[in-house]
Amino acid sequence: MFEELGTTAEGDMLINIGPQHPATHGVLHLVMTLNGETIKKTEPHLGYIHRSIEKMCESLTYRQFVYVTSRMDYLSSHINNHGCSLAVEKAMQIEVPERAQVIRVIMDELTRIASHELWWGAMAMDLGAFTPFFYSFRERETITDIMEETCGARLTMNYICPGGVMMDLHPDFQKRVKSFISLFKSKFDEYNELVTGNIIFQNRMKGVGVLSKEDAISYGCTGPTARGSGVSSDIRKLYPYEVYSKVQFDEVLETGGDSFSRYMVRINEMLQSIKIIEQLIDNIPEGEFQAKTKAVLKLPKGEFYQRVETARGELGIYIVSEGGTTPHRIKFRSPGFSNLSALGHMVKGSKIGDLVATMGTLDLVIPDIDR
Amino acid sequence: MLSLENITNAVHEWLNATLNPNLALLSEFLIVGVLAIALFAVLGLSLVLMERKVAAFIQIRLGPNRVGPFGMFQTVADTLKLIMKEGLTPDGADKFLFNLAPYIVMIAAMMLLAPIAFAKGFQIWDINIGVLFLTAVSSISVIGILMAGWASNNKYSLLGAMRSGAQIVSYELSAGLSIITIVILTGSLQISDIINAQANGWWIFKGHIPVLISFVIFIIAVTAETNRAPFDLAEAESELTAGFHTEYSGMKFALFFLAEYINIFIACAIGATLFLGGWMPFHIGHWEAFNHIMDFIPSSFWFIGKTFFLIFLMMWFRWTFPRLRIDQLLNLEWKYLLPISLVNLLVVALMAVMGWYF
Repeated sequence: MFEELGTTAEGDMLINIGPQHPATHGVLHLVMTLNGETIKKTEPHLGYIHRSIEKMCESLTYRQFVYVTSRMDYLSSHINNHGCSLAVEKAMQIEVPERAQVIRVIMDELTRIASHELWWGAMAMDLGAFTPFFYSFRERETITDIMEETCGARLTMNYICPGGVMMDLHPDFQKRVKSFISLFKSKFDEYNELVTGNIIFQNRMKGVGVLSKEDAISYGCTGPTARGSGVSSDIRKLYPYEVYSKVQFDEVLETGGDSFSRYMVRINEMLQSIKIIEQLIDNIPEGEFQAKTKAVLKLPKGEFYQRVETARGELGIYIVSEGGTTPHRIKFRSPGFSNLSALGHMVKGSKIGDLVATMGTLDLVIPDIDR
Repeated sequence: MLSLENITNAVHEWLNATLNPNLALLSEFLIVGVLAIALFAVLGLSLVLMERKVAAFIQIRLGPNRVGPFGMFQTVADTLKLIMKEGLTPDGADKFLFNLAPYIVMIAAMMLLAPIAFAKGFQIWDINIGVLFLTAVSSISVIGILMAGWASNNKYSLLGAMRSGAQIVSYELSAGLSIITIVILTGSLQISDIINAQANGWWIFKGHIPVLISFVIFIIAVTAETNRAPFDLAEAESELTAGFHTEYSGMKFALFFLAEYINIFIACAIGATLFLGGWMPFHIGHWEAFNHIMDFIPSSFWFIGKTFFLIFLMMWFRWTFPRLRIDQLLNLEWKYLLPISLVNLLVVALMAVMGWYF
């Protein structure tokens, strides 16, 4: 009905933000009810990029299905692969060599920094500042170069395999990661000068898109979105996997619940990731990079669950096995879906400008929501 | 001596000697019209290129560098593309108003070229209410923008046009009040009088802090009036896709685009004329020798240099700051800029009465 009339029964304006819109960073479709510029209702419409990845996984073997998940949240593809491998290893009780564990964690954190760098630039672009995008990509480029040198790919790396990693590290790896760390540290102040300390930016972000602690829990928000509201939800701390229990880092928590808090969580998370990498980069143990596994993996009958902390929040992998070489059913709990569900609540009663300021800090990746 | 005044005078005398006075005036109209249109096109193209180069410089990249030397013909190629594109009129739009709107915006921008003094004695029309003419005509463009937004039959356009209307009408107050400070100090609305009053120093130096304040307010206000970032809410890309010109394509879009850049040029030219002395070289009081040396630099260079410095300043703003929200934008004007300008105006009036300036 509203497609024809364009207004609701109360005389409010209906407007489609998306599926093709510069601020949604993908094919997200928001049907908004506006009173002037004030948002009365926001309704996300999903499914534009649904590829039925969960169903596809049912016909792939346990070695193959890991790599399909790169295409879910493509910005933290390595962490998705990591979660899937962990689930398979947990089910088959494979002991991963310590060298592989450390390599995986270093790459996880590099991926997290790369993802947050992209978020930082894209969010500033949502607010109308175009320049930060180029500055963040300057540093992100060095990370993707490291990735390329290590495993040949820059974005969807497919470096992890059940039992370890595909191949050993490049001899230059440590040197290049160290030079990245010093580069990042020297440029990080520039980020804060250009964006964080800007008075216009702070006015746009503070008190906007407030999500209370209770609401964050009841909407199932995870990751920086929840931590911005003061909910402790870092899987690396709560349910440590690999070597996360052995490294020192802080879970970044902010209590404001507004867009600025979520912004500060992500900005400071980059520093924590740097801290983790610094501890591990000089202490990569010698040894095998892959455990000895059979060519065809067969999971025992049963149900297995593994969660990991991606750049956006908690990714859950739930495998139901009937004992064959392919999973009977796979379910992914993606962070973006739950975080998006809180958007309507957060922007109610605010202006359209606040919508992009809020949506930017949720760091939505649409293929992750639709799968 | 390289002076544009001699050329214009020679043309004027030659025309009057060969033709009768009416025909001479008519042919002068024709020459001026052709020159204005040519200037419109050249300025538009060069400013777009300058914006892209400045943006590239700030954003650590190269910018256009493929078409011609240093990418100088990139904007020409872009314009050719826009001319060849289909000028689409959407279904359900008010066809007459939709097609009229870009011309109103463009004509308003072109009329503003009339009282600008490009160099010593090189001015289309030295009207005795020059400053009033500039402020009055510059308000016409908002009608074109509102018309475009309303006639497009698109909600993004409508929101953009409404934002633009609220913004331009508000910021005109501050811009007008800061212009009035100079009018009070000079005692004239005529552009040539204002420039001549700065023969012994530009107003920004002569007028102490109050004129400096009104200069800063003027720059903020004209940035908002020309819909430039951080006040580009009317076309806020990430919110309203393209704002009031979402539905325009081809040459009709190009007219909006060119008019925006001409408006920037004119706003900066007014700023340079009122506060930085227009074509007047940098003079200090009675330092005759120094003033004489400065006079060797042609007056057109001074004008272009000052104007492009201000344009560079506005581009620098655009590529540094994030965008304001609509309520913050109006708060800034009504709660801060307008009261400050009013108080500043009183101080300047006192200054002018007591003669507290050089």
